[in-house]
Amino acid sequence: MKYIYYPGCSLEGTALEYNVSTQAAMKALGSELMELEDWTCCGASAAQSESYLLSIVLAARNLALGERMDIEGDFLIPCSACCLNLARVGEHVKQDPELLNKINEVLSVEGLSYKGGMKVRHLLDVVANDVDPEAIEAQVKKKLSGVRVAPYYGCQALRPYGTYDDPEQPTCMEPLIKALGAEVHPWAMGAKCCGAALMSTKKPVAMEHVGELLAAAKGADCIVTVCPMCQINLEGYQAEVSKARGEALDISILYLPQLMGLALGLSEKELKLNLNLAFTDSLRAKLKT
Amino acid sequence: MSAQQLDVTSQAYGSTASEVMASIQEKIQTCMQCGTCTGSCPNAFAMDLTPRQLWRLAQLGQKDEIFKSKTFFLCSACYFCTLRCPRGLPLTETIDALKRIAAAEDIDMYKSSTRFYGSFMHTVRRYGRVKEMEFMNRYLLSMKNPLLPFSFASLGMKLMGKGKVSFEVPKFFGKGRFDAMFRKVEELEAK
Repeated sequence: MKYIYYPGCSLEGTALEYNVSTQAAMKALGSELMELEDWTCCGASAAQSESYLLSIVLAARNLALGERMDIEGDFLIPCSACCLNLARVGEHVKQDPELLNKINEVLSVEGLSYKGGMKVRHLLDVVANDVDPEAIEAQVKKKLSGVRVAPYYGCQALRPYGTYDDPEQPTCMEPLIKALGAEVHPWAMGAKCCGAALMSTKKPVAMEHVGELLAAAKGADCIVTVCPMCQINLEGYQAEVSKARGEALDISILYLPQLMGLALGLSEKELKLNLNLAFTDSLRAKLKT
Repeated sequence: MSAQQLDVTSQAYGSTASEVMASIQEKIQTCMQCGTCTGSCPNAFAMDLTPRQLWRLAQLGQKDEIFKSKTFFLCSACYFCTLRCPRGLPLTETIDALKRIAAAEDIDMYKSSTRFYGSFMHTVRRYGRVKEMEFMNRYLLSMKNPLLPFSFASLGMKLMGKGKVSFEVPKFFGKGRFDAMFRKVEELEAK
């Protein structure tokens, strides 16, 4: 399968390993990712807190670039917030056709126009639905036996626009984890909020969520994520949270394509596991056996 | 979401703050105060007004009361209330409309949030993409609080240690990548 790949800003910085491992794992599965040329910021959660039209236009600019590439293929987006923002444009245009004229009036200064098309999909949707778990199992070179994985979906990969799984109690990662030879850690926290950007603006509130998530993951070897924001909140504050709650809550936090890549026989270097802030010796030892 | 419900947010541009409030008030009328939003909100425990109380004030058009509360800036955009609202109201996007009023009016008690988003957008306007460290430094400078950087120091050091971010001094003058596009949006919104 062919996809238009939109990495988004975080994947050039704090989530570089998500970018590299997504490309490596998708290549190993036989998919072709064509990076969107001259892509720019989707607006994140900031644009819609400043200007409605700007939030729509920033995302629409990338869809216009995608249309111009003229490729048979959906957008594939690993970042949940980017994915939501790009999907939101099509949803809003459907409800308010006048919006398309406004978008194009603004995009004309960039020499671009948007026709209202492009299917936008999250990486999770693609790996859970375009790839058959049995086909993945057949490609596994190194079974992740004895590794217990807590699947963490977060919020915006599924809400409000995700229709590929139950947005309250998602399960689409489970067949995938099992196909890799790993076990699923049973927990009810998969779709709970990590606190997102509150970690920067209202830190104690976000720390509460991170603490509860890490505590519920006890017994698992790692949590896998599909969002750069979830990832950094879960991996970046473990020492602080452990101290505040008076219990050891350190656990490995991996991006889903990193876990997949390990089973598909890619090296730690190819998956940039050296960039993760939480990759424990105990998991490393389990992977070596 | 139906077209009618979407109006809550899509009309929230090109309007004054009081017009935005009036449009929110009108569209939130169908809220029946069931409290599903409050029960679904992961951050309700930290709020002074529960989400249900916030929407009641919005129904009554009590703008002054709403903008004394921290509630809408404690929204982490998890979309659980939007998903579950039995009236199908786009509550998360309506929260964004409230945040836009707070930003437009530069209300002091929200500056840690409005300046965070504002700094982010300055970075986007200048480069087209976000440089995370440049954005954080811009934010910290805008807050003029010498202690604030320390709450980010530990993570910042870890990220720099991994070579994921590098120290960047924000640029405040000169041309930005998206100046023309941002100006066009401002022009349309002023109409």
